[in-house]
Amino acid sequence: MKMLINVAETVVADALRGMAAAHPDLTIDVENRVIVRRDAPVDGKVALVSGGGSGHEPLHGGFVGPGMLSAACPGEVFTSPVPDQMVRAAAAVDSGAGVLFVVKNYTGDVLNFDMAAELAEDEGIQVAKVLVNDDVAVTDSLYTAGRRGTGATLYVEKIAGAAADERQPLERVEAIARQVNENTRSFGVALSACSTPAKGSPTFDLPSGELELGVGIHGEPGRERRPMMTSSEIADYAVDVVLQDLQPRNPVLVLVNGMGATPLLELYGFNAEAQRVLTERGVVVAHTLVGNYVTSLDMAGASVTLCQVDEELLRLWNAPVRTAGLRWGM
Amino acid sequence: MLDAAFLRHWLASAAALVDREAERLTELDSPIGDADHGSNLQRGFAAVVATLEKEAPATPGAVLTLAGRQLISTVGGASGPLYGTLLRRTGKALGDAAEVSEQEFAGALRAGVDAVSALGGAAPGDKTMLDALVPAVDALTESFRAARDAANEGALATTPLQARKGRASYLGERSIGHQDPGATSSALLFDALVETAEAGRE
Repeated sequence: MKMLINVAETVVADALRGMAAAHPDLTIDVENRVIVRRDAPVDGKVALVSGGGSGHEPLHGGFVGPGMLSAACPGEVFTSPVPDQMVRAAAAVDSGAGVLFVVKNYTGDVLNFDMAAELAEDEGIQVAKVLVNDDVAVTDSLYTAGRRGTGATLYVEKIAGAAADERQPLERVEAIARQVNENTRSFGVALSACSTPAKGSPTFDLPSGELELGVGIHGEPGRERRPMMTSSEIADYAVDVVLQDLQPRNPVLVLVNGMGATPLLELYGFNAEAQRVLTERGVVVAHTLVGNYVTSLDMAGASVTLCQVDEELLRLWNAPVRTAGLRWGM
Repeated sequence: MLDAAFLRHWLASAAALVDREAERLTELDSPIGDADHGSNLQRGFAAVVATLEKEAPATPGAVLTLAGRQLISTVGGASGPLYGTLLRRTGKALGDAAEVSEQEFAGALRAGVDAVSALGGAAPGDKTMLDALVPAVDALTESFRAARDAANEGALATTPLQARKGRASYLGERSIGHQDPGATSSALLFDALVETAEAGRE
């Protein structure tokens, strides 16, 4: 597999150096791997800190900025960051109003953020945590590590970030973050495997002519493999699976997310089909986002995320945001 | 009796084995995980060796506690907290003694393994590192060699299991037929233990 890298060991550091050069309103500590909005800590504002393995860009570093995250800590590729990074990030952004950790449900992320929360509290930082677990492809969660955190992360970070910007207190920001997670579901499909720099070749075997239904953002398989389907058939399947689980009564926010290697031409086409299915099912769409937001390196494929919103969540969603990966209203 | 130097040699030997086996661990991790177990542990154990060279704590307990903290700070993923907790809690259980008996070491390692089980919420049979660690500490009261053999057998025995914890659990039935990389790397710790003990006797 050809990759635009130097060596696998420096991939994350090299990316951070490049990100720093492209985004002067971020402070990027390349050595300690912490990305912080330049004006942090912001007086009286709850800080949001997230992080996870690298390879999902723009998640999370691309969502740091006014209206969204205060800081992010990227781990090695597909590997959770370490507690030291999270504590450093929390200390850099805490204004005294407390810090909310946004944690995706993977064993490594959960364990490291738990340890970091303890350490941060030892340093006198008030910490709350929200666990994101929206992936409906994972069944029998009693016997697994539970549902994975995927596309809902973007909604949690944006909506809770807007609440924090309004100077809402930590308990309230945390409650809103939980509300968003509870009202959001995702389902992903892969058309090809991804290749990590450390391995240099595809991490799983997906024959041409087949697709993986219910894939995770690290290429973990989901429900089943089938012969390749059309965009229309995939949208029927994916949207229905999500709706079986969510059954929204209110309008929804729609994220048609690319896994990294699927062009916008295909994503927009897929979105047309997803919107058709939603209309057929009588679901009202309040806002749609199409693009590569929660990616899996060079995996081809897409995921659909639906987030059911009430008036307050919709207002917070529409609030201004200025980050590398998401930006409107300012 | 085991002293701080013995524990340092153990970890250095483990680091060398992890380094040698890194590619195989990553290979095992690619069908059911995300193909980084070898490189992550390699980075962590190299940092452990570097730290111990710099600080050289005086007691077995302090060596393991420092090593565990270093793993948590450098590995990431689930392996960092789990291996870090294993060593840290074993070290804490050893207390301040300058030397410990093999039986005391076995008892402390059991405390470490129990802490890993509590942290990850897993039990033997879930296709995790505990499938090597639990039989190994059971056999450790007998001899280091018995522990090594039990760990390696435990690692091999994960192949037909369905994963119920960690990232492999998301594969459901499709995790069957692959040896668990965490159990495999755990067995390396006991390979290293035998290596260290036998090198000391020569």
